[in-house]
Amino acid sequence: MSADTHPAENTGLLANPPVDGSELIRFDQVTKRFGDNTVLDRLDFSVDSGKHVTLIGPSGSGKTTILRLLMTLTEPDEGTIRVGGELLTHEERNGKLVRAGEKHVREVRKNIGMVFQQFNLFPNMKVLRNITEAPVTVLGLSKDEAEERARELLELVGLTEHLDKYPTQLSGGQQQRVAIARALAMRPQVLLLDEVTSALDPELVVGVLDVLRDIARTTDITMLCVTHEMSFARDISDQVLMFDSGRVIESGPPEKIFSEPEKERTREFLKAVL
Amino acid sequence: MNWDWNVVDDFMPRFWDGVLVTLQALAVGTLIAFALGLVWALAQRSAQAWVRLPVIAVTEFIRNTPLLVQLFFLFYVVPDFGPSMSPLTTGIIGLGLHYSTYTAEVYRAGIEGVPAGQWEAATALSLSRGRTWRAVILPQAIRRVVPPLGNYVVAMLKDSPMIATIGAFDMLGEAQAFSNETFTTEALTVVGVAFIVIAYPASLLIRALERRLVR
Repeated sequence: MSADTHPAENTGLLANPPVDGSELIRFDQVTKRFGDNTVLDRLDFSVDSGKHVTLIGPSGSGKTTILRLLMTLTEPDEGTIRVGGELLTHEERNGKLVRAGEKHVREVRKNIGMVFQQFNLFPNMKVLRNITEAPVTVLGLSKDEAEERARELLELVGLTEHLDKYPTQLSGGQQQRVAIARALAMRPQVLLLDEVTSALDPELVVGVLDVLRDIARTTDITMLCVTHEMSFARDISDQVLMFDSGRVIESGPPEKIFSEPEKERTREFLKAVL
Repeated sequence: MNWDWNVVDDFMPRFWDGVLVTLQALAVGTLIAFALGLVWALAQRSAQAWVRLPVIAVTEFIRNTPLLVQLFFLFYVVPDFGPSMSPLTTGIIGLGLHYSTYTAEVYRAGIEGVPAGQWEAATALSLSRGRTWRAVILPQAIRRVVPPLGNYVVAMLKDSPMIATIGAFDMLGEAQAFSNETFTTEALTVVGVAFIVIAYPASLLIRALERRLVR
């Protein structure tokens, strides 16, 4: 964790991708409650651009909430989140922090892509249109440009021959690979992966993880990943954060976390899942 | 009781007049009910209370009062302060308005039936609100609502004779008038058969549409 670096103020809405290694995501004292349950408790953490960070920890420890906060699917009760130095849920106006308008949120959020546990493909659209819809209507690409991009991505995930099918005609693993292509088609700087293999039959998990390994190896996209696949986490991560009760209790490179964790709680957790 | 084909023959010109009224009322009434119902359903979900609350109040009111009262109100009261319309136009608007409050409920259920993950995926892709509705939510909701909407078309057909009470003589209205004038019953039987002849193909059409839409 690079908690000691400070985000550059007002660097523009990520018009230019930050230089690799600079801070891309930052949580400052973020608290999130659901009713009486405090899911995140004054959480501080940051992710540098180009890094692959995996969040591990028991269910209910707040890992998925972090991804949902970043995707603005839920809002923090306290604290601030920055992406590329820009505040996600707030705007600075006349030196004061106010709730961000829809336009500001959309601009900052465009840099973030997400792949869901349940795929969430649009069942009313064929595979190709699932991937081209947002690039055309949000980024303003022409249909041809978007389709060319989609074909490249389908090749990357190994599904070129399925572009004319509806999602329900594909297996879960194939659907998830389409969902990965769909997220990447927006050229996000950050890819959020929310337990992307948890809903898959065991024999389909490998194909999805192979695609993600490939992406991690060949692109400089930043990845923030919640997973129970520990060998995958070990393979792709630059950094692993161990969560418990809404806080990061331990972090470090995967070889350290998985081989010689410092905290008893981490050891217990790893013993249970490995 | 004797069946007299000559009576049927005499009734035919008026029967066709009535069929025309019934079909017009059904077709235009359906269009109004389907379109207006969607408007109600979307307005009921508005974040603006000044849009949402009046629409909920009005649709609840219309749904829970009899169609007959609404027809009388539209025909006898509205012209006092608003436009004066022909019996048929008034009847069509009355049917469409009344049934729009039912189709609104169907749309509402259809929209709520679209999984939350679809909204989340649309957010994750930064789709605009309008695009999310048009490209993602409504196409999926429509598929769920076709069968129940179809049922309301058949229900509307069966309620259409009520417009005869304000002078728009549909096929039953014509048959009743004819029977009273001639002291016969054949015309009523003919109309009974005609209702089935219209309703059954309509439900077949709805089923075909359903098969096409549901994947």
